Amino acid sequence: MSNLLAPARDLTYETKPYGRAFTAYSSDHTDVLCVTNDLTASCEADEFRATFPERYFSLGMAEQNLTGVLAGMARDGFRPFYPSFGVFATRRPYEQIAMSIAYPALDVRLVGFLPGLTTPGGVTHQATDDIALMSQLPNMSVLEVGDATEAATVLDAIDSLRGPVYLRMLRGEVPILFDSPLQFRKGRQLATGAEVLVLSSGVMTESAMRVVHKARETGVDAGLIHISTLKPFDDPAVLAQIKAAAVVVTAENHLLRGGLATVVSDAIAQGGWSTRLIPVGIKDTFTHGGGKDYLFGYYGISEADIARAVERAVGRSIFEHVIRTEAHSQRHNASVAEGL
Amino acid sequence: MADEEVWVTQVKEHAHRVRQRAARVCAANHGGYFIQACGSAEIMTTLYAQLMDLGPSTGPLFPNDFDGVPRPGAPALVGDIYNGDRDRFYLSPAHYALGLYATLVEMGRLDHNVLDWANADGSTLELIGAEHSPGFETTTGSLAQALSVAVGQALVRKRFNRPGRIWALISDGEMEEGQTWEALQSAANFELDNLIVLLDANGVQVDGWVEDVMKTEPIPEKVAAFGWTMTEVDGHDPRSIAEAARNVVKGKPTFVVCRTNPIHSVPSLQGRHQLHYIRFRPGEVELVETDLGVLKEAHT
Repeated sequence: MSNLLAPARDLTYETKPYGRAFTAYSSDHTDVLCVTNDLTASCEADEFRATFPERYFSLGMAEQNLTGVLAGMARDGFRPFYPSFGVFATRRPYEQIAMSIAYPALDVRLVGFLPGLTTPGGVTHQATDDIALMSQLPNMSVLEVGDATEAATVLDAIDSLRGPVYLRMLRGEVPILFDSPLQFRKGRQLATGAEVLVLSSGVMTESAMRVVHKARETGVDAGLIHISTLKPFDDPAVLAQIKAAAVVVTAENHLLRGGLATVVSDAIAQGGWSTRLIPVGIKDTFTHGGGKDYLFGYYGISEADIARAVERAVGRSIFEHVIRTEAHSQRHNASVAEGL
Repeated sequence: MADEEVWVTQVKEHAHRVRQRAARVCAANHGGYFIQACGSAEIMTTLYAQLMDLGPSTGPLFPNDFDGVPRPGAPALVGDIYNGDRDRFYLSPAHYALGLYATLVEMGRLDHNVLDWANADGSTLELIGAEHSPGFETTTGSLAQALSVAVGQALVRKRFNRPGRIWALISDGEMEEGQTWEALQSAANFELDNLIVLLDANGVQVDGWVEDVMKTEPIPEKVAAFGWTMTEVDGHDPRSIAEAARNVVKGKPTFVVCRTNPIHSVPSLQGRHQLHYIRFRPGEVELVETDLGVLKEAHT
C-alpha cells in the first residue's frame, strides 16, 4: 500500500523539475537545441537560455515557420526541443508537424505544457486533444509524465528513442508521487488487484492513488497502473492485466476520444477480450476557463468522478459521503494569477 | 549573341532539353505539370550548372524503386543524395518534380532514360515528389513549408559556423501562405546571408492567374521591406539570375524574383486558361512537340 496515497497525506512538491532536468540533460548532450515561441520562461526554458545562449533560438509567435525550422535543424544533425503550451505545440502547426517533422521521422522533441484542464486560461490554452492529434501521426511517440520524478527523468528515458516525440508535461510546482525513474513503454504498477483495474495518466494518477487507497481500505481488491507511454501502448504486463480484469477504469485529463480510453478500448476489442471499460475523461465538448478543482468537477474528471467510476465497476457503494462532495468554484484561485 | 559566355549558352541548351524531356513525359501521360518545368527551366539549370556547390551525387543513375516511407532511425531512400553533401537545395513546390528530374538528367546525375519511369507505379519519380524522389531534400507537396526548413538549416549553419549555403526555389502562389511571410521575417531577423531564395514568378496557380485569385504584388517591394536583399530579373536569362543570386550582402538573406513565362518556347499553349495541370486536348501534343522540336531531335 505504500505506493498509494492516504487521503490526509501531505505531498511534497518540487519546483520546475523538468526545467532543471532539461538544462542538466542538455549539458551532457551538445546536440540539443531549444526553440521557443515567446513562452520561454513560461515553459521552463529560461534556465536553458541562460546556460546555453548559443543553443537557444527565439522564433517569435510564428509556429508554422518555427516547426519547419525545427526540421531544418534536425536535418543538419541537431536535436531541437520546442517547449510550448500543448495547444501551440501540437494543434496550431499540425500540418507542419505532420509533413516537415513526423513524415521524415526527425529527432525533434515537442514538449507541451498546461495539459488538459490544469490551466485557467480557457479553451484557447487547454490542451484537451493534443494526445489524440500527436498519436494519430505515424512515427510519433507520445508520453505524459505524472509527477516531478517522471518530469526529471523522462529525457534520459527517451534519450535513445529515434524519431519525433511529444511530451505532455506539468510545470511549476509538481508533486512527487514516485521514487523511481520513468521507464519508456512500461506501465507503473502502483497496486495489484483482481476486482477492478484502474489505469490513469498525468495528473489523474494522484487522484487515482487516493481513490484506490480508499477502495482497498473498504475491502475492494483494486489494482492501479500509471501509464506514461501512450504511444506505443504495448507493455505486455499492462495488456495482460487488462485482459485478465473483469472491469477497467481509465482516468485521463483529455478528451475521451483519442487518448488513454481509446488505446485501452482498442486493445480490448482487438484482443477479443471480455473486459468491461468505464472511462473517465472529458466528454465530446470544448471547455472553458476556471480554477482546476472547479473545471475537473464541471467536466467530470475529478477524484469524485474516478471514485464513482470505481463504484460502478464493482457494482456497489463503497465510499463515504466525503468523496461525493461537489467541487466548488473558488472566487480567488492562485492559479489564475499564474502567468500564461 | 556573339559574345555570350560559354556557360550561358550551355545552360540555355540544358533548359531547352529540360522542356523537351518534360514534354515527352507529359505527352506519354496525356498531360501533367508541364508549365512548371517550362517556366523554371533556366532557373533550375542555372542553379545546378552554375550556382550551387553541391558535390558529386551518390545516388544511382537509375533510382531504386520505392522502398517505404521513412521510419524512426531508418530514413530509407533519400532524394538528397543526388545533391551531394555541401550546399543544400530545397524545392518548395514539389509539383515542379518533373523539371527537377529532367534537370538531374541534364546534369548527369540521372540516366537519360529514367524519365520513362516518371509517374510509374512503384517508381520514386513521383508526380509530386517526396523526399525519396531524386533531388528532393524534403517533402513539400503541401506548399510553403520548405522555406521554413531551409531557414532552420541555414540558421544552425550560421550560428555554428558550418559551411555550405542553403538554396530554395519557391513559387509565387506560395506568397499567399502566411508561413512564407513568417519564414521571410525570421530569415531577416537572424541575418541569414547563407540563404538564397529564387522565386519563380510565373503568375500561375490552380484556379488561374495569381493576380485574379489573390493580389500578392508587389512582391519585390514587400520582400525588400522584410529586410532581404531583393533583385528582380528575367527568369529566362541565366546571366541575370546568376548575378542576382551572387549579390549577397553580409547580414542579409538574398531573394531573387525571377519573372517567367509559364509557356516559354511553347507558343501553341497561348490562350489556355488552365495551366497548372495540363490535360492535352486532341492534336495539342503534336503542336507542343513541334514548338519544342521534340520529334526532330534525337532522344539524347
